[in-house]
Amino acid sequence: MLEITPAHYTILSAALFSIGVIGVLVRRNIIIVFMAIELMLNAVNINLVAYAQQLQNLIGQVFVVFVIAVAAAEAAVGLGILLAFYRNKETVNIDEMNVMRW
Amino acid sequence: MPAGFSAADFYYILPELLLTGGALLVLMLSVLTPKQDGLLLVAALATVGATLAVVVSFAGLDVTASRGLLAIDGFAAFFKVVVLLSAALTLLMSSPYLKTEGIQAGEYYFLILCAALGMMFMSSGLDLITLFIGLETMAVSFYILAGFLKPNPRSNEAAVKYFLLGAFSLGVLLYGMSLLYGATGTTHLSGIAAALGGASPSLVVILGVVLVGAGMGFKIAAVPFHMWAPDVYEGAPTPVTAYLSVGSKAASFAMLIRIFIEGLPAVGAEWTMLFYALAVVTMTVGNIAALTQSNLKRMLAYSSIAHAGYLLMGVVVGTERGVAAMLVYLGVYVFMQLGAFAVITMMRRSDIIGEELKDLNGLSKRSPIVAFAMLFFMLSLGGIPPTAGFMGKVWLFGATIDAGFIWLAVIAVANSAVSLYYYLRVVVFMWINEEEGVGSPLTIGPAMSVALGVALFGTVVFGVYPQFLFEHAEAAARSLDGIASITLR
Repeated sequence: MLEITPAHYTILSAALFSIGVIGVLVRRNIIIVFMAIELMLNAVNINLVAYAQQLQNLIGQVFVVFVIAVAAAEAAVGLGILLAFYRNKETVNIDEMNVMRW
Repeated sequence: MPAGFSAADFYYILPELLLTGGALLVLMLSVLTPKQDGLLLVAALATVGATLAVVVSFAGLDVTASRGLLAIDGFAAFFKVVVLLSAALTLLMSSPYLKTEGIQAGEYYFLILCAALGMMFMSSGLDLITLFIGLETMAVSFYILAGFLKPNPRSNEAAVKYFLLGAFSLGVLLYGMSLLYGATGTTHLSGIAAALGGASPSLVVILGVVLVGAGMGFKIAAVPFHMWAPDVYEGAPTPVTAYLSVGSKAASFAMLIRIFIEGLPAVGAEWTMLFYALAVVTMTVGNIAALTQSNLKRMLAYSSIAHAGYLLMGVVVGTERGVAAMLVYLGVYVFMQLGAFAVITMMRRSDIIGEELKDLNGLSKRSPIVAFAMLFFMLSLGGIPPTAGFMGKVWLFGATIDAGFIWLAVIAVANSAVSLYYYLRVVVFMWINEEEGVGSPLTIGPAMSVALGVALFGTVVFGVYPQFLFEHAEAAARSLDGIASITLR
C-alpha cells in the first residue's frame, strides 16, 4: 500500500491550483471563473493544512480558518456585484464586458 | 510571549479601534437620521481626524503589540498618516459628487472608513495572516465602492473586473504565502527572515517569493499585472478612483516593503532582480499607454501605473535611503494625484460627465482658479520644479543612482520626459483650446474647496520646503527592522 505523505497533498494542491488558474484564463462564464478562483483558494487551504501536519504546528490551520472566512465574505460581495451587473446587461459572459476598451 | 492580551495591546490599537467605532457610528447615524448627508460627512471626518491625532501621537513609538502581530513604529505611522489623509480628502471631494449622482452617503462613507482600516493594518502588520486580513478588508470595501453606481453599466463592469482580478490575485498571493509557511514553519515575518537566513534558498522558497511578488504586483498595478487598473479607474466613481490610486497603492507598497524587506532579506538578490524588471516594464508601459488616452481618468490610471514603476525603484534599492526616497515620493503623490482627481470630480455636473480631455476646453477662462490648481498638479506629476513632484523625483532618482542602479535611473528619467507630453496636453486643453469651451464655470462647494486647497498646499509647500517630509520619511525608513541588513549590492 502506498502511504499518503504530506508531499502527496502538496502535489494535489499544486494540481488543483493549476486547474483553478487555467479555469480563470479559459472559461468565459463569470460564475465559472469565480468557481475556479474558489478552487485556487481551496488549493491554498490544502497546502496549509498539509504543511501544518508536516511541521506539527497549528499556524497553518489558523490560516485556513481565516482564508475560509475571507473567501465567504468575498463570495457574498462578488455575487452581489455580479447581480448588479446582470441586471444591467442580462448576461454573465466575460466577453460582454466591453463598455470600456483601450 | 505573554499568553493573553494585555491592556497595552488595546492601547496600541487605539487608532484602529477609533476608526472602527467611528465607521459603525456613521452607519448607525445614516439609519437614524436619514437625508442628513452633511452630518454624516462631519462624523466621518471627525473619525478620521481623531484617528489621525492618535496616530501622530504614536509616531515616536517603536514597539510591537498584540503578541508581535502589529508594529507600532515610525514606518506604520507614516503610512497611516498617508492613508488617513487620502481618506479625508476623498470624503471631502465625495460629498458634492454623491449629491450629483444621487448616492446614499451612509454606506459609502462607512466603506471609505473600512478601507482605511484595512490599509492601516496593512501598514503595521508583522504577520502574513494579519497583512492578508488587512488587505482583504481594504479590497472587499473597494469592490463594493467601485460598483457603487448601480444603474451605471461602466461602474458595474469596473466592479466585476476588479473583483475577479482581485480575487484571482488573492489566490496567487495566498498560494505564495502557503509555500513560504511550508518552507519556514511560521507566518511571522521575523520568523521567516530567521528561518531563511544563511542557507541558499530552496525552489519552494523561490516559488513562494515569486508568487507573493506577483500577488502584490496586482495590488500596486505593476505591469504585467495591471490589466484591471485602467478599466476600474475609468468605471469607478471618480472619488473612489482617487482613493484607489492613492490609498490602496500606498498601503500595498507598505505591505510589499514589510514582506520583502522585513521578511525576506535572505532572498534579496532574487527579488531585487524581479522588482528591477517590474519597475522598468511598469514605468515604460504605463507612460507609453498614457500618451494615447482621450479619457482623463483612464490617462491618470496609466499615469498612476507609471508612478508605481517609479515607486518600485525605491524597493529595488532597498536601503534605508531608497525606502526613505520612496516614502517621500508617496507623500508627495498623495497631494498631486488626489488634487488632479478632485478637479475631475468637480467636472462631473448633473448633465455633463466631464471625463474627456476635451471637456477641459477653455477651463482657464471659465474657472481660472481650478485651472491653475490643475496646472500645478500636472506639473508636479510630471516632475517640474518648483513643485513637490520634482523633489520626490530628485530624491528617488538620486537614491537609485547612489545605490549603483545607473541604468534604472536613466530609464526613469527618460520615462519622465515622455510623461511630460501627456501631462502638458492637459494644460494645453485648458489654456489654448479656448474657442469651443463647453458649458458653464465649475461650482466649487465648501467641502471641495477644502480638498482642493489641501492638495494644492501640499503640492506647493513640499516643493519649496521639502525638509519636513524628508525628515519624517527618513525616520520612518529607519524604524524598519532588517533595513540595515540589506547593504549595497
